[in-house]
Amino acid sequence: MRGRRRGACAMTETMRDRFARVATDLLDSDPRLAIVVAEISAKLFGAAAARHPDRVINVGIREELMIAVAGGMALTGLRPIAHSYAPFLVERPFEQLKLDLGHQAVGAVLVSIGGSYDATFEGRTHQSPGDVALLDSLRGWSICVPGHPDEAETHLRAAAAADGRVYIRLSTQQNRAPHPVVPGRFLVMQRGSRAAVVAAGPMLDAVLEATHGLDVTVLYATTIRPFDAATLRETVVEPEVVLVEPYLAGTSSSEVARVLIDRRHRVLALGVTDTELRRYGTPADHERAHALDAAGIRSRIERFIGLPQPARLATAI
Amino acid sequence: MSVATLGYGDLPALLGRLTGDEKHSPSAHSTLDVLWVLYDRVLRVSPASADDPARDRFLLSKGHGPMAYYAVLAAKGFIPVDELDRFGDFDSRLGYHPDHVLIPGVEISSGSLGHGLGLGVGMVLGLRALGLTQPRVVVLVGDAELDEASNHEAIHFAGARGLGALTAVVIDNHSRSYPLERGLGGLFEVAGWDVREVSGRDHAALQSALTATSRRRPSCVVAAVEPAR
Repeated sequence: MRGRRRGACAMTETMRDRFARVATDLLDSDPRLAIVVAEISAKLFGAAAARHPDRVINVGIREELMIAVAGGMALTGLRPIAHSYAPFLVERPFEQLKLDLGHQAVGAVLVSIGGSYDATFEGRTHQSPGDVALLDSLRGWSICVPGHPDEAETHLRAAAAADGRVYIRLSTQQNRAPHPVVPGRFLVMQRGSRAAVVAAGPMLDAVLEATHGLDVTVLYATTIRPFDAATLRETVVEPEVVLVEPYLAGTSSSEVARVLIDRRHRVLALGVTDTELRRYGTPADHERAHALDAAGIRSRIERFIGLPQPARLATAI
Repeated sequence: MSVATLGYGDLPALLGRLTGDEKHSPSAHSTLDVLWVLYDRVLRVSPASADDPARDRFLLSKGHGPMAYYAVLAAKGFIPVDELDRFGDFDSRLGYHPDHVLIPGVEISSGSLGHGLGLGVGMVLGLRALGLTQPRVVVLVGDAELDEASNHEAIHFAGARGLGALTAVVIDNHSRSYPLERGLGGLFEVAGWDVREVSGRDHAALQSALTATSRRRPSCVVAAVEPAR
């Protein structure tokens, strides 16, 4: 191991650690729950497996089987939680998600780690900026993007107690502080009139910094599907919407189009753009490369709502 | 409403209602005899126990060509015989691939090859977690279907975990394009399964192979039938 991994230093509990701890507790209290993994994180569930050998299943490095097993367990009445790195949980076994869960009409919880570019040293194989858009194409999935371990816990507990298909996307990118999120709802962080900015999960801190002093609404989304149409409609003044998502840019554009179908509106969709960056470095480097740092977000919002550009851009020419 | 159950001799007529073809020989359907023996002599499941958590489960992994399956389900009273006439209609429950959400007694929705064994492994683990150690899970796959890599994940894991409640029935109608070095049975044997090879038309041999299971190892029955035309 070398280099700095933002948000993953030994002093802080990651969302992944919290997930393992809370899921282990939930296994004790809910006999319907089961964990299915494919080697990744198997050690994190060692204590849980010792206590519940029939409900903590490591299938080896077999991701298609991981989802099929989740589907088979769900068909018997259990509530499986399948977990892996996002590319191996969503992309590799995609047909199993479609058929072994969706087409069988059974529920499950998927908990991913790695996100779009947590694994900056690992490269494209371990990066999954398209996961949310892919799952969204199946319809019927609730998709959660917590921005803090506390919020991850809130979503995990709600998902474990529910019956449907829920995807919880964990990341080492996180906000400094948790917020009192309610699954299914956007949180109104500030109100303004020029635009409504929707910040998904770990993008919130950068968005708050970027919009400081701007007359805009900021909505914090930790559930991105279903998309909280009611809160967006209720808070939007000028029909100008900015999406800031830590995955494929434009993933939620069609949702905004649906919510504002009766109003002439504009959308600026920020997110991961170049999915084949072929660069390493740190997540912060990648944030800058996709202009998802506070400066990149601010300059694009200012341009979008028609504010004069800051002087530093002029002098840089 | 009670539905009279029918016998093996009624199957050609039931198949005829599905296909509109009067003259149906059982040999036109590679799975027919295996399905009949399973539902008539092996599986502990009936229309009355179709929702019993402790029932045996049958998973048709090879979901295409489900006529024989529908005929057997109708003969055993899971679905009304009259429904066979509307096979594939817009408002029919019987599609060209079975859908368990629509059809009573059908355990999984299938069609895309290579999904039944993985789901079956999950069912065995789920039943075990629920404390149900008696039910068996029987998965029917085709010989060519075993090309799909997803099967191999399930076969090796089931063998390593010793899932004795799991049975795979491989219908061998020689539809593979490429031969296997150690044969179909060898595929399962190397993964720690018990393997029996029988004629897919011999009811007594099928019954014996399908009931002789161990509790510590998964079992595979290779049922050979006439080559697909």
